[in-house]
Amino acid sequence: MAVIELKGIKRHYAFGEVTVKALDGVDVSIERTEFVAIMGASGSGKSTLMNVIGCLDVPSSGTYILDGLDTSGATDDGLADIRNKKIGFVFQGFNLLQKTTALENVELPLLYDRAGGGRNVEKEARAALERVGLGERLHHIPNQLSGGQQQRVAIARALVTRPAIIIADEPTGNLDTEMSNEIMSLFKELNESGITIVMVTHEADIALWAGRKIVLRDGRVIREEHKTDAAAVRPLPADGGTA
Amino acid sequence: MKASTLIRLSLRSILRNRMRSLLTTLGIIIGVCSVIVMVAVGEGSQASIRDNISSMGTNLIMITPPRGQNAANRLVIEDVEKIRKEGAYVGAASGVVRSGSTVVGGIGNWPTTVYGVEPDYLRIKEWNTGAGDFFTERDVNTRVKKAVIGTTVAKQLFPDEDPVGKRFRIANTPFDIVGVLESKGSNAMGSDQDDIVMVPLSTAISRLRRSKYLQSIEISAVSEDRMDDAQAEVETILREAHRLGPDADNDFSVMNQAQIIEMASSIAKTLTMLLGAIAGVSLLVGGIGIMNIMLVSVTERTREIGIRLSVGARRRDILRQFLTESVVLSLSGGLIGILLAVGLSHLLEFVGLRAIISPFFILLSAGFAAAVGIFFGYYPAHKASAMNPIDALRAD
Ligand SMILES: Nc1ncnc2c1ncn2[C@@H]1O[C@H](COP(=O)(O)OP(=O)(O)O)[C@@H](O)[C@H]1O
Ligand SMILES: [Mg+2]
Repeated sequence: MAVIELKGIKRHYAFGEVTVKALDGVDVSIERTEFVAIMGASGSGKSTLMNVIGCLDVPSSGTYILDGLDTSGATDDGLADIRNKKIGFVFQGFNLLQKTTALENVELPLLYDRAGGGRNVEKEARAALERVGLGERLHHIPNQLSGGQQQRVAIARALVTRPAIIIADEPTGNLDTEMSNEIMSLFKELNESGITIVMVTHEADIALWAGRKIVLRDGRVIREEHKTDAAAVRPLPADGGTA
Repeated sequence: MKASTLIRLSLRSILRNRMRSLLTTLGIIIGVCSVIVMVAVGEGSQASIRDNISSMGTNLIMITPPRGQNAANRLVIEDVEKIRKEGAYVGAASGVVRSGSTVVGGIGNWPTTVYGVEPDYLRIKEWNTGAGDFFTERDVNTRVKKAVIGTTVAKQLFPDEDPVGKRFRIANTPFDIVGVLESKGSNAMGSDQDDIVMVPLSTAISRLRRSKYLQSIEISAVSEDRMDDAQAEVETILREAHRLGPDADNDFSVMNQAQIIEMASSIAKTLTMLLGAIAGVSLLVGGIGIMNIMLVSVTERTREIGIRLSVGARRRDILRQFLTESVVLSLSGGLIGILLAVGLSHLLEFVGLRAIISPFFILLSAGFAAAVGIFFGYYPAHKASAMNPIDALRAD
């Protein structure tokens, strides 16, 4: 069953007479536990698509069915709750609260969980950080962590509410190759544990970690590729370079 | 988000910018402090006035010339006699004239106030002679030149001897000192009540003043619950004495002690309100300071707001967060202001100025400070909560 179903999604920005069509009729269906890479040139609408999928933005038209529920009728509060429970967002620039410890950053989504009355916020945040391998860095603030570590804090924050989907907009864009690979193997691991991952990248070798590639141009899907060699866990250098 | 979490978060972000927070709340601190101190000083001076007038006598009713420019004074000594004779609820009554005069005798001279009164005056004032006697009704009727002096005058003119039986001069007229009053000390306003000379009313009228009209008639009612009756009665008697027709206005004014207190403290009350209002304006200015800083804070923290929205904060959560922050700011400013005001009033008391802080007023100003926080924090908080998540995340 598709966990994400986009039908005819458009996102237009009107500037007087000029209309920028960031998304111009996107139909995408993503199955549960899929690992999808979104690719495309700069300005092709990747981030806009991620924002729509992540319920940070609402499409101008089209339907978005998330986990069997049509999001078009959702109120602001409803969208906030979806972001809180169903989706974890990972950004290129990490977007951690500065001067705030890793633990507190990860606790943040739990503080906004209205249903989580009696839960132990600190314990869950700690567990999420341990899961991304930062059990030793709980009380470090972002400035005291490397880029890769900061991104792992952000992933722990995305994980902590046990969402069905993690959405990542160029998660390795600010990281060097080694750190990028660490982050990607973490994603792979999470994906294998049952979390659906949708990730934007413009690097072909990063995209190879995904099971499917969706290529955008000018706000439309122009190509989809399924990885044929399902057994390949690590990207082979020979496979790279296609976009 | 739980209230305790909200307060913890807001305290943290306030403490993160200690200096700025302090400067922001300075307006509230000064505002609350000055409101409380102003009102406390005002209340203090009202209380002083009240005490002062209460010390003027018991169950006092005072008749004075009518107020207004072209109203003539028609109070005469015969009016007092009629009141004393006919007033069933009148316990004691005395006409009073007053004049400043330098008295000469003993070792020198001394400027003081000479009162022309009747023997009842002592009863009205609950006063007594400490040595010698007071002059009698007979003395008043026969205009004898006897005087009773206060202890201050006694000390100034006769420091080493008993003044009773001595003779001194008031306005070149020799008077025999027949008694010395008990010392009363200074009144609540700080003036010396013992700096006084009393002579028979009739003598004062004929010798010291060139007018037969009285400056006031002071009356004490038989009891406190007969004040109204006595007041009405005296009014009737005086109207009759002055032969006023049914349509004529009183050619005198009657006031009881409560009304005198009311009148005297009304000025202080107005002043208190005025000062309080001015200080209140400074509180509002403090509120605007908070709004200003909160607006800056919201702009600076746009990205933080975006992050919070992206992990599932509802708009209401953001609104509450910033509102809590401004209320915590203004409330802690208010509390500091209250502490400061309490300290300052103690200091004023120490200097001799009476300042009365009521607990009710402390609560009121704390509440007002919180209200200022809500009122001036709402707009910035609303602005924060209305942000679009994507735009907020894109801010740097
Ligand atoms: N808030 C916005 N207002 C106007 N135009 C926008 C806005 N956001 C994106 N766009 C436009 O939409 C197009 C797609 O942007 P984006 O999704 O960020 O592309 P990508 O992430 O693929 O680089 C671009 O032309 C961009 O200028
Ligand atoms: Mg982008």
